[in-house]
Parts: sequence; structure tokens; C-alpha cells
Amino acid sequence: MIETASQLAFGCFALAVLLNLWKVMTAPEIADRILALDTMFINAIALMVLYGMALGSAIFFEGAMIIAMLGFVSTVAYARFILRGNIIE
Amino acid sequence: MASLFEFLVAAFLVMAGIFGLVGSYGLIKLNDPMSRLHAPTKATTLGVGGVLLASMLNAAAFGKYFSVHELLITLFLFLTAPITANFIAKVHIHRQESRETMPSAGEDDHWATHDTPEDEEQRNAGRPDAAQ
Repeated sequence: MIETASQLAFGCFALAVLLNLWKVMTAPEIADRILALDTMFINAIALMVLYGMALGSAIFFEGAMIIAMLGFVSTVAYARFILRGNIIE
Repeated sequence: MASLFEFLVAAFLVMAGIFGLVGSYGLIKLNDPMSRLHAPTKATTLGVGGVLLASMLNAAAFGKYFSVHELLITLFLFLTAPITANFIAKVHIHRQESRETMPSAGEDDHWATHDTPEDEEQRNAGRPDAAQ
């Protein structure tokens, strides 16, 4: 039962990443692209945790944590660059 | 008892997958840029929360280890998602809106993000101490 459910979740998140990628490429506005990239980071965290669960290993959580932090920092950096023309003033 | 945990983990996984997909689909489907902000920041965060809960339950019930790392990631995501959304909304106001389309800024003439160097000069014109 868990196997089937995790396969379904894998499929859902993979499709979600593809939709995000499409949005990153075709979005007309820069705010939309930043938003799509941020969503892609969150979906990547979910995929990593799912993969760690499927393999039964605890190593992937550190990776997921790092991706979560990088995602937050990079989104804020992009937004600040658009807002101020500078990241650290 | 084992089958109850199995059912719970599977339910969390299915729920998480559906929420994640809905969040990303909403990013494409919704028309207004500011309603597009809702889909990923709420639904996708919930989706990841579901995966992390399922992983934690799975490790505790069937794995060899018990870990609360997932709670750390959940906490971090729940803390940072509103900040990210706020920054993206600010970018939208900065790039897409103008002084005419924004609501009143109260006692000020306009919102700070639409301020220009000329406005600042004008404000500082009567104040000799504000040379910089």
C-alpha cells in the first residue's frame, strides 16, 4: 500500500516540477518566474524526501534541508535584486 | 497496528501528492498574478508537509531509526514561505503597479517602492541638514 502511494506521490511531484519548468520558461513577468522557481525548489525537497523514504536512508534529509535553505536565500536574493538593484547594501 | 500505520503513511503520501500537483497546476491555471501567488505558497507547502509527516511516521513505525529532522524542514518551510511570498508581492508592486493603480498611501504621497531620486530631492529641498 505504501509502495503504491509513494509511486503516486512521485508521479504527482514529478509532474508538478515539469509544470513549474514550463512556467519558468514561458512566464511573461519576472515575478512569476521567481515564484515558479521557488515552487520548483519546494517540489525538489518533496522529491528528495520521497526518494530517501523509498531507499530507507536518512542521508537525504540533510540534502533536503540544504535545498530548503538555498531555495529561500536564492528567492530572497532574486527579489532584492529586482527591488533594489543590489543584494547586500 | 502495523496496518494502521501503513494506512496513515499511504494516506499522507496521497494527500501530499495531490496538494503538490494542485499547487503547481494553480500556478499555471490562475489568471491574476497575485492570485497565482496563493497556489504555490499554500498548497505546495502543505504538500511538502504531508510528505515529511509520512516520512517521519514511516521511519518511526517500520524503519530502524526514529528521526525528527523532518519537523525541522517543515518548521523552516512554514517560516520562510510567507517571507518569500511577501518579497514576490513586493516585486510585483514594483514592476507591475504604478502610483495610479495603488491604493492610497495614507499621509504620504505615494508608496516607497515607487519613489524616485527626484522625489527625494524635492522632499529634502527645505532641509539643510539632509544634504546626503
